[in-house]
Amino acid sequence: MGSDHLYSNRKYVLGGVAVGIIVVYLIRLFSLQLMSEDFKRNADSNAFLKRIQYPARGAIRDRNGELMVYNQPSYDIMVVKSEMKGLDTLDLCRSLGIEREWFDQRMEDITKLVGYSTYTQQPFKNQLSAEEFSSFQEKLFRFPGFYIQKRNIRQYAFPYAAHILGDVGEVNPADIEADDYYQSGDYIGKVGVERSYERELRGEKGVEILLRDANGRIKGSYQNGKFDRAPVPGKNLTLSIDIELQALGERLMKGKLGSIVAIEPATGEVLCMVSSPTYDPHLMVGKLRGANNHELSLDPRKPLLNRAIMGTYPPGSTFKTSQALTFLQEGIITPQTAYSCTGGFRFGGMKVGCHGVHTLALLPAIGTSCNGYFCWGLYYMLGNRKKYKTIQEALTTWKDYMVSMGFGYALGVDLPGEKRGMIPNADYYDKHLGRWNPLSVISIAIGQGEVTLTPLQIANLGATIANRGYYITPHIVKEVQGEPLDTLYTTKHYTHVDARNYEYVVEGMRRAVTGGTCHTANNPWYEVCGKTGTAQNRGHDHSVFMGFAPKEHPQIAVAVYVENGGWGATYGVPIGALIMEKYIRGELSPQSEEQARSFENRAIHYVYGNGQR
Amino acid sequence: MATVRDRERGGVLRSLDWVTIVIYLTLLGLGWMSVCGATYDFDQGGNFLDFGTRSGMQLVWIATSLILGTVLLLVDERLYENFSYVLYALFVVLLFVTPFLAHDIKGSLSWIKIGTFSIQPAEFAKFATALCIAKYMSASDYNISRWWDFGLTCFLILLPMVLIVMQKETGSALVYAAFFLMLYREGMPGSVLFSGVAAVVYFVVGVRFAADPLWEMPYVSLGQFTVFLLIMLFTIGLLWVYTQRFKPILAVIVYGLGGTLASLLFAKYVIPFNVVWAQLGITMAMVVYLLFLGIRHRYGRYVYVALFALASVGFHYSSGLMMSKLKDHQRTRIEVLLGLKDDPRNAGYNVIQAKIAIGSGGLRGKGFLNGTQTKLKYVPEQETDFIFCTVGEEEGFLGCSVVLGLFLLLILRLIHLAERQPYAFGRIYGYCVLSIFLFHVFINVGMVLGLTPVIGIPLPFFSYGGSSLWGFTILLFIFLRMDAGRNRFVHNS
Repeated sequence: MGSDHLYSNRKYVLGGVAVGIIVVYLIRLFSLQLMSEDFKRNADSNAFLKRIQYPARGAIRDRNGELMVYNQPSYDIMVVKSEMKGLDTLDLCRSLGIEREWFDQRMEDITKLVGYSTYTQQPFKNQLSAEEFSSFQEKLFRFPGFYIQKRNIRQYAFPYAAHILGDVGEVNPADIEADDYYQSGDYIGKVGVERSYERELRGEKGVEILLRDANGRIKGSYQNGKFDRAPVPGKNLTLSIDIELQALGERLMKGKLGSIVAIEPATGEVLCMVSSPTYDPHLMVGKLRGANNHELSLDPRKPLLNRAIMGTYPPGSTFKTSQALTFLQEGIITPQTAYSCTGGFRFGGMKVGCHGVHTLALLPAIGTSCNGYFCWGLYYMLGNRKKYKTIQEALTTWKDYMVSMGFGYALGVDLPGEKRGMIPNADYYDKHLGRWNPLSVISIAIGQGEVTLTPLQIANLGATIANRGYYITPHIVKEVQGEPLDTLYTTKHYTHVDARNYEYVVEGMRRAVTGGTCHTANNPWYEVCGKTGTAQNRGHDHSVFMGFAPKEHPQIAVAVYVENGGWGATYGVPIGALIMEKYIRGELSPQSEEQARSFENRAIHYVYGNGQR
Repeated sequence: MATVRDRERGGVLRSLDWVTIVIYLTLLGLGWMSVCGATYDFDQGGNFLDFGTRSGMQLVWIATSLILGTVLLLVDERLYENFSYVLYALFVVLLFVTPFLAHDIKGSLSWIKIGTFSIQPAEFAKFATALCIAKYMSASDYNISRWWDFGLTCFLILLPMVLIVMQKETGSALVYAAFFLMLYREGMPGSVLFSGVAAVVYFVVGVRFAADPLWEMPYVSLGQFTVFLLIMLFTIGLLWVYTQRFKPILAVIVYGLGGTLASLLFAKYVIPFNVVWAQLGITMAMVVYLLFLGIRHRYGRYVYVALFALASVGFHYSSGLMMSKLKDHQRTRIEVLLGLKDDPRNAGYNVIQAKIAIGSGGLRGKGFLNGTQTKLKYVPEQETDFIFCTVGEEEGFLGCSVVLGLFLLLILRLIHLAERQPYAFGRIYGYCVLSIFLFHVFINVGMVLGLTPVIGIPLPFFSYGGSSLWGFTILLFIFLRMDAGRNRFVHNS
């Protein structure tokens, strides 16, 4: 037998090689098929075309049901080049009113798009008008390879409230990273309510699962649409904003930098929130968004900044009301306590100027905005070693009052980017001043020095006083369709000051209107309470007003902040008065209308780049 | 005469190896299912029996293969032996004229049109070559260790290889390398096979890691360093196996590996230089040392090992040159496989899509006709070279294991059959057949799994196509006929 050959044992080597190969391949198969889910996912994304069905984004209305933001259908013509056989190009051009050259150029350009394929839909012509669409749709069957795709673009009914509404734009990689709901090319709210209520507005994307081959050709629906999901439309929002009031505010602030915030004290609803300069929200729609956004971002007046919540300013004399409340509650003063003011607060070499020589009790001190009075008050509070063991403890007590009034921290308004302002605490002074005494920090008593607030916080102070001791976190959205409001926006936040002490301050603010710094705000229809502010800063003083009306059962609290507007009475008071009148009476009297027109045309000359806030 | 024939035929049926037949039929059945799966169209649904479809056509090829196989079983096996040289000569001529008659199919000149069908002579040349080599090597005066005999055997293998390369079918040509497995069984020194494997390893490692830095030293190529290290390790291994003298082995380990390590540390921490130059010097010193030992002790094995090391160095430096001589698409395929190129839409695309298709199958697969990757034409050549993807996707790990298990069983069975042949002719032919099957399975499945280069050769019994199925059937059934007649030889003689 020939099989007992010399090298017969080598059959084991060859058999072993065969076994080895198969074993290695089985291990490889095991790791490919059973150890990794990636390939399965890849395969699905390969073969299943998940055609996204975009839901309609929720509409936005003002507090009176006026439609502010809605969706407008827009029609894009798409082309699949591989299906264009037998196309009558001239007919197509005539139907669309385009030149033959444009057609050729476009066909050439399409090939350069990212993700170009001759088998898939490529954009041919974007944003057809409704008429163009309907006339073209009738002829569509004549043009093989051409399709119409409907998209929604955001439309704005008014050129106002850009900062509040915000806008939508394409998601950036960080958005996708943060929430896997989004895919590249999706739209997301970028700022304003569009951002903070993105989840409610966006709805839920639907999906239609189609099978496609390697060339991108659709080979039909997967399992007859068993796994398809219909889109869920976004929820509509009702804002607390009164669009007419907002429009008036934006008119009045033309040519000035600053902000107006009005709040309904009883509910915390923001009635208007003006930040000036502003821009037309229509600029932020569609393809022009990027370029316009860039241009606005370069403007030295910073129109994209929502000063109402992002601008932090010295509150000036409007802050004195909070001081009066604190001193009263702490027993540092009584309503009868009088301090003499000899043209200001003088102590040692220290002087805080005031406008006259007098001895005043609390109410007239508020009415005339006496600097000396509040400086003395803080001096005695911080120096009171019977009540507070150290000055640090005294300042901490003071700080707690301030925080209870909504200062020093972001209030929690439902808009992105709110700033917290600044309320210094004892640590701060220990660190920055080392050894310090009441005199080192005395200017905080009159809303200067380290203290800064946002206009929203100033308006909220007005609302707190109007409510005699509490506030509800200010909010822009009054109602989300089919959802209860966040409890944050229905909860009363009480300050550390009793309601009876508020009555003195209310009375003082009333006096400021009847015979003090705000007398131009007085009117025969209802009782206005107010407080001016003239905030010193590196440039010309800022003009500030905080007030509410009517005195009993207040309907509106307002803060006006005009950068470099001079005296509080110059811009702050009249603008605040007009806002209150418009809201309470529904319209402006002829004289007021006249006044509004004149304010609209008054511009403040600003010099940029010298450290303005 | 007639009665003798009848008896013989009955004998064929009785002594036929039915195990192999069953494996063959099972593979054919599974293969047809895979072709159905690979060509099924979600749009049109599937009528697998329609001759206009590939699955219908494959059924025709299967039916004709079965007829062909039956006919082959009826032929007297002695005819194969007697006509082997004639067949070989015929096919050499046919292979030679094929490029002139062929019509170009995707750059390949290997298809000849006969009527409405196209056939690929290269697929049939395998059995003729196998028969011819078996005949030549089974001659009583053949001695594989004689240079002339071994050289002529190599020539018989290389001639059709070269002719097929001229048809631009490099893949089919490479299959002839499988005959060296048979040569190993027939007594070719293991060192030859080892040298071949070593060459492949040098090549792959050298090309794959050529541009990677060693140990954060950008002036030292990881590929070159590793190849030189391998040369030294292989040398040590060969010395161990062939000389078993410890002193020189110790010397090579201490001075060779020690010197390499020292120069590596020197380059890293003292003066940066290309360590490969030091390795080259050390390797050359080692070669000289071994040659010196060989001469002093008059012991040829030292010389052979020295020549191995020297040839390795030469091969390594010429492989870079070889790479530049390859055709663009071949170089690309190799580079993609070795991970040098990441180009998902071109050559790498095939391998990536193949892996995705297989990987998505999971344990049990998606079920017959439910594969999405293969059906939607993500996998290129899914019914021919990449047919195994369909098995992976639709039948999962279990199905793949069954198919690979059947192939392994077939090869082991054929080894068993080959070893029981009474004469060298049958054994050699049997080893040719099983080596070809092994090579096809090794390369085809390996490339689909991303483990071997993407060489376009079919998976036996699975890939769509009449020529390859007929070719494999002829290869197998001639051997089965020889095996069935093995006893008669014994009785008659």
